[in-house]
Amino acid sequence: MKVFELVEELGLKVFSGHKGLDREISGGYVSDLLSDVMGNAQEAQVWITLQVHQNVMAIASLKDLAAVILVSNLEPQENTKRNSDDESIPILGTSLPAFEIAGKIYQLFNR
Amino acid sequence: MKLTFAIQGGDFIHAGHPSSEVKKVLKQLNIDNKIIKNVVIALYEAEVNVVAHAYSGTVNVEIDENKITILVTDEGPGIPDIDLAMKPGYSTASKSVQEMGFGAGMGLPNIKKNTDEMWLETEVGKGTKVKMLNYFS
Ligand SMILES: Nc1ncnc2c1ncn2[C@@H]1O[C@H](COP(=O)(O)OP(=O)(O)OP(=O)(O)O)[C@@H](O)[C@H]1O
Ligand SMILES: [Mg+2]
Repeated sequence: MKVFELVEELGLKVFSGHKGLDREISGGYVSDLLSDVMGNAQEAQVWITLQVHQNVMAIASLKDLAAVILVSNLEPQENTKRNSDDESIPILGTSLPAFEIAGKIYQLFNR
Repeated sequence: MKLTFAIQGGDFIHAGHPSSEVKKVLKQLNIDNKIIKNVVIALYEAEVNVVAHAYSGTVNVEIDENKITILVTDEGPGIPDIDLAMKPGYSTASKSVQEMGFGAGMGLPNIKKNTDEMWLETEVGKGTKVKMLNYFS
């Protein structure tokens, strides 16, 4: 599944990084602890988190993640959006909390 | 090949810059992707430890035919108990650092896990040196 397909399926908001919308997604990882994501997330996963600052994009880029999904109507900081555009890694948004959006994505990947 | 980067304590905005540059260089050198991933994880954690826990630091990278050696040296408070610091989950990160999602106490264990060899030298009140080595095959 590509990032834009996930956006369409789940009605996600696209904040930035539009050039990366055709990245292929391998799965997902849910965590708000940066060292956990650094150590355990896998390439091309979508990262579900409530962290909105710049370091999120540094990690997303170093780990070659497909996209970042901000939960519960949270919005990225301006410099975070800028980094997302530079790296072509989309930042997406949802009104749902992490548990619910992760559940939906899990279902999409296992149907 | 040798590369050097400076790190400023507290400067979370530029955290990850040395890791990102080293990643690019290793890609250009066609190093195995799995090894690049390991090096990037370890270097990022060492870098962020300087930003989060020390005052200033330097990253020295040396790449040769069959290995990459990275030395991260900082001026900072040092680590009073290395065994304790290496324990997964142990952290003295400040509240504001924790709110950013750092301070899980996973950084040093991540370095250990992702390097072939790791050395930690520290002097309380002076600073810390972390040396990391990864072989390319
Ligand atoms: N360069 C350093 N200078 C001083 N203290 C350090 C340094 N590196 C690590 N420490 C000490 O060791 C502890 C554990 O480090 P570690 O990287 O494992 O976790 P952390 O930095 O607290 O959290 P995380 O890395 O998960 O964000 C730190 O909380 C700190 O007390
Ligand atoms: Mg750390």
